[in-house]
Parts: sequence; structure tokens; C-alpha cells
Amino acid sequence: MNILVSIKRVPLPGEKIILTKDEQEIDTKYLGFAVSPHEECAVEEAVRIVEKHGGSSTVLTLGTEDAIAQLHEAMAIGIDQGILLETDRSEWNAMATAKAITSAVRAKEEEGEKFDLLFFGNESADIGGYQVGIRVADALDIPCVTGVKEIEIEDGMARVKRKVSDGSEIYEVPLPAVFTIKEGINVPRYPPMIGKMRAKKKPLARIEPEWSEDGVEKIRLKTPEERGSTVEILGEGIAAVPRAIEVLKELGVI
Amino acid sequence: MILGLIEHTQGALSDRTLETLTLARILAKDMDTPLEAVSIGEEVSDVVDELLAYGVSRVHLVQHEGLKDYAPDAWAESIVQLVEAESPAAVFAPGSERGNEILARVAARMDLPMVSNCMEIEPGEPFKITRTRWGGSLLEEATYKGKIKFFTVAPFSVTPKEVPVEGELAQNPVTPTLNDKDFLVRVTKLVQADGGGMSIADAPVVVSGGRGVGSVEGFAVLDELAELLGGVVGCSRVATDNGWRSHAFQVGQTGSRISPDLYIACGISGATQHWVGCVGSKKILTINTDPEAAMVTKADYAIIGDLHEVVPALSEELRKMK
Repeated sequence: MNILVSIKRVPLPGEKIILTKDEQEIDTKYLGFAVSPHEECAVEEAVRIVEKHGGSSTVLTLGTEDAIAQLHEAMAIGIDQGILLETDRSEWNAMATAKAITSAVRAKEEEGEKFDLLFFGNESADIGGYQVGIRVADALDIPCVTGVKEIEIEDGMARVKRKVSDGSEIYEVPLPAVFTIKEGINVPRYPPMIGKMRAKKKPLARIEPEWSEDGVEKIRLKTPEERGSTVEILGEGIAAVPRAIEVLKELGVI
Repeated sequence: MILGLIEHTQGALSDRTLETLTLARILAKDMDTPLEAVSIGEEVSDVVDELLAYGVSRVHLVQHEGLKDYAPDAWAESIVQLVEAESPAAVFAPGSERGNEILARVAARMDLPMVSNCMEIEPGEPFKITRTRWGGSLLEEATYKGKIKFFTVAPFSVTPKEVPVEGELAQNPVTPTLNDKDFLVRVTKLVQADGGGMSIADAPVVVSGGRGVGSVEGFAVLDELAELLGGVVGCSRVATDNGWRSHAFQVGQTGSRISPDLYIACGISGATQHWVGCVGSKKILTINTDPEAAMVTKADYAIIGDLHEVVPALSEELRKMK
């Protein structure tokens, strides 16, 4: 199996989101960054499939040079090589992102490297567009299943499971295919120390992608109104229990 | 015309569909154009009154022998053909898994942009829209240009409102031209949930644990309290990442969004990732050692203390009352 995983670097906003003065971005001065959650699971799944079936894995991201840290995180748990679609722009629209990834996949194919599986996150933590993986599958003219929570590979086919409200849907699709992964498919491992060191020596290609407008343009960001409740402190420690019981009664819970 | 994709089960439109029709109806009114709906592979006789109540004057019934099982590309292709035949100004889909996936496939096929998680729309040239980011922790205002606009609606962000339309519901049966490739991705089997226990989405009381619980064993006291209150136990992403609880019980942006009567958050700090999953709760009670934690300051009630002491004491008192 030859697997490509596309990931996104996102800030870890903590308890409150603070915006920059121009309201264009989250103020990340004091924030850490991570691989967006669904994609973190996609990376883990790719590593597990290669461990089981053999083959190789590649991690790709579109972002600034800082995103190399997230490529290294993926390579630290076992991804073989990285591709950075390098840009100065902080945000790319979904159509341009999909086109850039499609071009990178085609360029790899021309070099003789063909992907059997292309993983994306179901939606990114920040923008949540639900569409980059779908657009790449459409452009490459290969099948795509979204919201994937389980994958089994057998004889050039993939049997995948997706959760729905009253159970699970099973799909059986030929490879190559695009799957957009959801958190819960696995519990990602922590990168071992030795993996972190090895990651920096793994191959990393840099490509300059081509930007294009898609007709959707951000004006500004703003924080939504608060829930509008004032907290009543019921007390400290077990001394709060009698008042807590009263509240449960008032709420009709008991 | 404005077109809205509808989802309905057991004779009722889904909540996400009601939000969608409500937002679509506002835009239709602002643009002085009718609101029409599309239903794929299913009869709508059960939901005629509901559609009229939400302002739908005409429904397109997509019928094809291959559409009995869910096949997202076939659904998308059916909508593309309908859009080409009827030329709507905008197409809406519910902010559900299916709604987002179908509309993205339609937009991809037509090589046009799509805006997900929309909550406000102001028509004009360009359109001005407000959409959610970070699961609703942040809002984005944007302009949107495009021959046909594609929107999915942010869950829990639009309050469904009936705006009835006069007269009969016109029905337009259509049969799309679909080929084998449109059915390459389709549901080959449906596995029913085992039905064991209440789901986190349906429970009236959810007792959740986070980092402060500290271990798998630490959840025992939450299990006990949940049972006494007739609820279920949820958890934060930290608990899932540590393998203390299964992801099926995770509350948050990448877990479940829930709206129980009472949410009891134990040892959870209240990062935005978690908050957006429980913000819809009617009342929130937080048990935490840190009085400054966001989960405390944003709650309705809070107990400042160690959950390992407070929760068993609460259970003890409840048992005495039984």
C-alpha cells in the first residue's frame, strides 16, 4: 500500500479565542500548534496500514515553513516522507487547496509513485469546510468515502465503515480511493524520542503551489455572544453537597 | 428559485433540515423568489404539511431504481442535473454528515465554491455571509461571489421558524440519468447499533469526566453518579486520547454535540474544543478544583473541589434519598 495523508497545521486555542487587532486571524502569540484532530488519526491509520500490509507513506501539508513541525510530528510516528506545499499566505480557499494537492499527486505519479490510498481529515478544526478531500477525489476521478471510522484492505478493495445515527454504513470500494477520516478510528500513539530524531532525517520535498481565487473572501473574524449565564458557586468540596442536592431537585433531575 | 435538500425519517424532517429551510426561506424572501425542496429516493407524503409550514411551495422528487441504497455520487449527480434544469440562485443542504458531503460533491462536479456552516446570508453582489469556525467558537464574515451559491447550514445556529406558504405543495417527479460509476460508492450493508444503553445524544443527564479524572478507574465514581441520576457518562478529548473512555462518549467539536437537561462536567477545564460540544445543554454544573477554569466561569452552577471527593459524597446523599 502506498498512502498519502494530507494534514493541516492548526493552533490550539485553549479556553478562549483571542483575535489579532485587524480581526483577520487568531492571535497565536501564546498558543501551541498541532495537526488537526481528524488528520492526526489519519496519520496513525496510514502508519498502521503500512505496518500491516507493507508499502510506504507520505504526509503532505499546504502551509508556511512553520508547518514542517507538523510534517515532522507525522514522520516521528512512522510516516516515511513529507511534502510541503509552501506558501506565505496564511489561508487558502478550499478550491485552490484541492487543486494544489491534486497537482502534487499528479506530479508524484509522473515520477512513478502512485498512491493507493489518499487520506484527509473529514473537516479541519479551524475552517471546517468539509470539501478538500472530496474535490481532490473528483479531480482525480477516483471514489471517495467521507467520515470513515474503520478500514480493512483486501485484494485491491477497501471495506470501510462510517457511523450513522442508528448504526454503521459499510462501503466496499476499489482502490485507489480517497477516504476522509474521523477521530475515533484509532487512538494515535505518542511519538517516541527516537522517532522525533529520525523524522528530521527523512526526505522532505518542497513545492510552490499555485494560488487562485474562488469567490469567497474573508472580511473579518469575530467572537460569538456568550451563553449569558452567571455562575452560582454552590460551595467548596463536600460542604457543597446539600446545596447541590437542592439544585438537582429544583431542576427536576431527582 | 432557492433549492433546499431535505432529510426526513419516520414522517418528520430532521432538525438540521428545519434549520436549513429556515435560513433558505429568509434568503428566498429577501430575493423575492420561491423556496423549493429536493428529496432523493424517498416519498414525501408524510412531510407535506411540514414542508408547507416551512415555506416550501414545490418539491422535486428524484426517483431512480438505483437510489434505494445511499450512494453519494448518484445523489450529487441527481442534484447537478436538477440544478442545470431549474437554475436555482442558491442550493442549501443540511449541516449533517450527508448534507455537507453531498453539497461538496455537487460543488466539486460543477467546479464552483461552496460555503459550509453558514448562519446568516445577505443577498447582493457579492453576497455577504456569516459562517462558523472552530465548531462555533468563532464567526467569520465573508463575501461570496458565484454563479450559483452553495450553502450548508451551521448546526444549532439557526432557530427553526415556521413561515407557512399558501396553497398546495407542487410535486415534480424527476428521473436523473445515472451511470455505473455514480454507484461505485454506495452503502453495501447497514449495521444496526446494538441498542445497548442510552446514547450520549439522547440522555437527559450527562456526567462527563476530563483530565482531572486521572485514570480509567477514576471514572467509576462518575458511572455511579450517572446511574443514580438516570444519565450516561461522557468525557473530554483528553480522556479519549488517554484511552480512559471510548470515543463514542466524547463530547466536543470532534466528538458529539449534545443538549441534555443537565450536564455535569467533572475535572474538565473547558477548552473551546470541549465547550462547543456541551454549550447546548439546558443547565451546566461544573465540579473543578480551579475556580478560574472556563468550565467553572461559564457554567450555571459550580462546586469548587476535587471530583474524587465531591462526586462520591453526592452519590452517597442520593442513595440515602432512594
